[in-house]
Order: sequence, then structure tokens, then C-alpha cells
Amino acid sequence: MAKGDPGGTTRSRRAAPRSRKGTAGDPALVQLLTPDGERIDSATGPDGTEYRVDFTDEEYRGLYRDLVLVRKLDAEATALQRQGELGLWASLLGQEAAQVGSGRALRAQDMAFPTYREHGVLYCRGIDPIMPLGLFRGVDQGGWDPNEFKFNMYTIVIGAQTLHATGYAMGITIDGKTGTDDGEAAIAYFGDGATSQGDVNEAFVWASVFNAPLVFFCQNNQYAISEPLERQTRVPLYQRAAGFGFPGVRVDGNDVLASYAVTRTALDNARLGQGPSLIEAYTYRMGAHTTSDDPTRYRIASEVEAWQAKDPIARVKAFLEKQQIADAGFFAEVDEQARRESVHLRERVLEMPNPEPVTMFDHVYPNGSPLLDEQRAQFSRYMESFEGSAH
Amino acid sequence: MATETLTIGKALNTGLRRALENDSKVIIMGEDVGKLGGVFRITDGLQKDFGDQRVIDTPLAESGIIGTAVGLAIRGYRPVCEIQFDGFVYPAYDQIVSQVAKMHYRSGGKLNIPMVIRIPFGGGIGAVEHHSESPEAYFAHTAGLKVVTCANPQDAYVMIQQAIASDDPIVFLEPKRRYWEKGQVDLDAPLSDAYPLHSARVVRPGTDATVLAYGPMVRTCLDAATAAAEDGRELEVIDLRSLSPLDLRAAYESVKRTGRAVVVHEAPSNIGLGAELAARITEECFYSLESPVLRVTGFDTPYPAARVEEEYLPDLDRVLDAVDRTFGW
Repeated sequence: MAKGDPGGTTRSRRAAPRSRKGTAGDPALVQLLTPDGERIDSATGPDGTEYRVDFTDEEYRGLYRDLVLVRKLDAEATALQRQGELGLWASLLGQEAAQVGSGRALRAQDMAFPTYREHGVLYCRGIDPIMPLGLFRGVDQGGWDPNEFKFNMYTIVIGAQTLHATGYAMGITIDGKTGTDDGEAAIAYFGDGATSQGDVNEAFVWASVFNAPLVFFCQNNQYAISEPLERQTRVPLYQRAAGFGFPGVRVDGNDVLASYAVTRTALDNARLGQGPSLIEAYTYRMGAHTTSDDPTRYRIASEVEAWQAKDPIARVKAFLEKQQIADAGFFAEVDEQARRESVHLRERVLEMPNPEPVTMFDHVYPNGSPLLDEQRAQFSRYMESFEGSAH
Repeated sequence: MATETLTIGKALNTGLRRALENDSKVIIMGEDVGKLGGVFRITDGLQKDFGDQRVIDTPLAESGIIGTAVGLAIRGYRPVCEIQFDGFVYPAYDQIVSQVAKMHYRSGGKLNIPMVIRIPFGGGIGAVEHHSESPEAYFAHTAGLKVVTCANPQDAYVMIQQAIASDDPIVFLEPKRRYWEKGQVDLDAPLSDAYPLHSARVVRPGTDATVLAYGPMVRTCLDAATAAAEDGRELEVIDLRSLSPLDLRAAYESVKRTGRAVVVHEAPSNIGLGAELAARITEECFYSLESPVLRVTGFDTPYPAARVEEEYLPDLDRVLDAVDRTFGW
């Protein structure tokens, strides 16, 4: 899928024969693939921007493969938690399209700042999917190199990373890396709950006044643990952007094509020096907040069923079948790859060694500290005092 | 050799200028640090000479200052953040404690956050509330942060440059009521030969009791030592300079000689730096002590109204009273 540039979008206002504004159900929602698998040629955002994608058949199949793999690996992680192999897991179930669409829209030079649920974006950045499982198993705190993969560490404190992304984007500007097609941009991921945080609102202010090359990508999955969107906002979230002085758009977050198109456009605008924008990817958290959560206490089954009908993967499959872009053999092969990779993931998780206790003293300071040296030495002596004993 | 008489404030300003000159990745950011030069003028003239992309007037949001500085650090910059007053740092506390302090650790050493957070701290300037606090224990208690403070112009000039050059995140506390105190500063001595940043220093030798202080209280304790000498009692005064990590080698050596230790700080006593110092000195110098380690501190009240701060803050008489008590034990 990463081959070439699938184009993504155009700012041209020329009328396309089958172009229409949004969808019948929600005029504000940018959608390029309906839940039934119908392709829409182009969609127009609230500021008149026209969104479209122009993928090859192979690229369409690539997106489908990404979605299936990301869901399968996520399910495996949930199973591992249920079997006691992970301490916790934050499933992305239902949000695959928002993450794969935006993740594939990133160019190699773009930097992403995730929450703790962006396993799909992580996958698109080429990071080994085992990496976040170390964090949730409790053997390390993440493990990948943020600068190597242009994907920062997971951030658990809600909204804190939006400021980091803003500062990083300011650095892009200071470095003079905007204003050209090969310029850089940053993307900050966060959820609907985070929009109530001070840090996110400060990030909006800063990004705006410094015209930072940044995309705020909000996955509105309708719940902040148990609290519904109505407890966070009385206006559609994408409209918040207007008050801060930059564009906002709501995209069907269960539509991988539209998620790709709006993100690619927003990133390219940012890298060209046109400043920040907000994307509200309208989606649904099909599973629990984390494996410690019980969503049956706060939402009804019919609501979940209604979203099940908008599944992000089923619509791509329907489209591929209808357009004869993929056949049964392809779908079976993807399923088999997903099964194989999830088994491989499981095997490697079970083999993850516990860290040596003394390593807890590592990397507290780049330059070290005599206090820690002393504590490490004391701790080592204490541990060694058990050697050969019954302990 | 260019030695000049500078105030602590001007020495900091000169040190910041040197840091900006020596490393193009150094960025100063904060509220009013640009055109105004900061409310205490510590960044005076720097934006004019280095431009508004290196000396950045930020929106009025402390969490934003620190949070965006984290991003700039990930990008390879060395941000020097000014928090305008001690009492205004708390909106940034989450970013400092959860992000700045832990980023290197969480990344397994892959990310450095070489950030300096400058905070004018302490009382004694007749200010309204939230402008006179001593929050050092909050930061010294946080693993991943280092905390230093200066007490004279020479240290101000050198330590601010050392802090900026360090890859560790450092909270740099500036004794705001001493900003106008003057002293000799050697502007040409190379940084590489300078006294180490995280080392304490004996600033007045003595034989009868050891007094430990830092920041604004060093001057108070030196004055107390002068007064004590008139009464025939020689106090050894140690400027701790680094509050995290603490360097107590000189303190241990001193207390083993004098047998008496008094710790002085403006911050309240309860669970403060003095408690840690007393515990560690007791552990290390137990058989040399002639009395318990005593503390002279602010009281465990919110910082009081300015018209009573003279009574709240440790002064020469309270320091001498504590020294007397160590002799009466």
C-alpha cells in the first residue's frame, strides 16, 4: 500500500459527476465508502475541500490486509490478557479504519504522537506489534525508538501528548522544514474524552498562534471509559476548531478511504505551511475501554449492534467483492496470514523474559546520579545475600 | 581575564546569552521573556539579539510551556523554560512530573529531554500571594528530575550554562530576592573547568557547628556566621547548590568535625529537604553528633501576607537560636 502516492485529495472545486456533499444520513460526515461497500467518488468537507482517493487495486487489497491483520493481532492481545499473560490491554476493536487510514496517510518524514490505543497506527509505522505488548505485560515501558520509527511512545496521561506534538511541530517550523511538498508534519492522536483536558485546549491555542504544521486527529469513539460524549461536549467536536482559528472536519472513522483522504490532505496542508487542523474521526469503541472495563454497565446492546452494521472491515470486503478486486482465494490468504502472525505474536509474548530487577535503576538520568548508584549497589548486595540460600 | 561585578540577575542573563551563542539548539521560552525581557529582566535583550524563534514569548499557559518544550526536546532542541513565579508552576506540574521526568526512563534511554526549567523562588520581596513560594521538595522528590539553585553571581553565571549543557532535565531555582546582589564574576573561565554542577561547596569554614543552606538562605547563614564569630563561635556554612541529587560529602566531613548541624530553608519543615538532610546526616555521622540535627524553616502555613513574612522567613536570629540549642542539648 505504501507504494507510490495514491494521490489522496485535491483542492479543485470542479464538479465530479457522482460527487456529493457528505452522505444522506449526516451531511457533515466525509465518507467515501458506505457501510454497504458503495464507493463515493468524492466528498466535500465543511470548508469546501473536496476529498477523494485514487488507489490501485493492489492498494485497496493492501488496506484490507492491514485492517484484518490489525484486528486479528488486537484480538490476540485481548486473549492473552484474558489468559493472564498481559496485565491489561486497550483494544482498538472498531477503530481499525480510523487508524489504518490515518496511519497510511502519514509520509515517512511525519511524526506521530499516539495515546495508548494506537496499535493500528503503530503497525502502519512498521513497528513490530510485539512492542506495545511488553508495556502491557509489564516487562518494559514500550521499547521502540520514537525517532527511528517517527512514532512517539504511548502516552497514558490523557491529552499530554498533544502538547508534545505541538512543540515538535514548532520545531519543524524553526528548522525550516515546511513550505514544500517534501516538508514535514506531525500528527497528534487523542480521543473524545481528551478534548476536555486543559492540555488539549492549550495545544489548540499554541498550534494556532504558532501556525504549527500539525494535525489533531481525534478518534471520537463515543465513550471516555463509561462517560458518553454528551458529558464532554455540547457541540460537535470538529466544530471546536473554529474557535481556535483553524479548520475542522468530521470524517467517517469507520471508512478507511475517507480517513486516509482527510488525513493526507490535512498533513499536506500542514507541511505546506498552512497550519494546523482538527480531524474528528467519528467511530465507535466496539469493545471495552480496557480489559478491566465492563461496558454492559453503561451502554445498551442495540447501540452496539447499530455500530456493528457500520463495521470498518466488512464494508471494504463488500467493496472488493462487488468490484471484483479480490476473490475468495485472496480473502482466505489474508485470513491465513493473520492467523499465522497472531500465533507468532503469542509465541513471542510467552517467551518474553522478565527483566532483571536491578535494571529498574537504568536510564533514570542520561548522566546518572550518585544517589542511584548508591541504591543500586545496596540493592545488588542485598540480592546477592540470597544467592545459594533457599530464597 | 575578564572579571566583572554583576548582580545575580545580570549574571544569569549573561549566562543565558552565552548558552544561546554556544549552541544553536538552545531555545528560551516563557511568558514575557521576549520584548519585556521577563518580569525580572533575566532575559533582557536576548530576543532582540537572537530573534523570536530562539527567544519565544509563549501563550499564557504553563502546562503548554513545558509540554511543547518536551516536543521541542524530542525534535533535538534544548529548551530553557521560564516559569514566571514559583506559585505558577503547578499548572505545569503534570507535564514536569509525568512527562519531563520520566521520558528518558520510559523510553529505555532512547529519548533525552535536555530541558531547564527556570523558576524564581522564595519570598522576601513583599509580594502578593503565589509569588513567594519554595516548591523545591516537590521536584527533588521526583525521580528523573535534577534540582539546583544558585546563591551568588559567579554560580548563577556558571550553573545556568552547566544546566543547559546537561542532558538531564533540571529545575533551576533562582533566589529572586537576591537577584540584585552583586559579586565578582569571571566571564572567561571555560565551562569545562568549572566547579561541578551537582557539588556542594563550603562557603565559610568553621569549627563549632555546621550550617547547611541553599539559594536565598546562604546569604542569611553567612550573616549569621559573621555574627556568631563576634561571639567567639565559628560556624561552617555549606551551600548545597544541588538539591537533587544532594551532595553531602562536604557536610558529612564537616559534621564529623563539628558534631553539630543546622539545616536552613525557607520552605516549610514538614517532609521537606531538611528532613532528608537530617536523616542522612544522622545515618552517616551518628557517633559524631553532639545534638540532633535541627531545622530552621518557614512554618507549615501557606505563605503568609507580606507584612508578616519577615517573621515567617528564617533570619539571622533564628539561625543563631538553633545553633545555640545544639550547644544546649
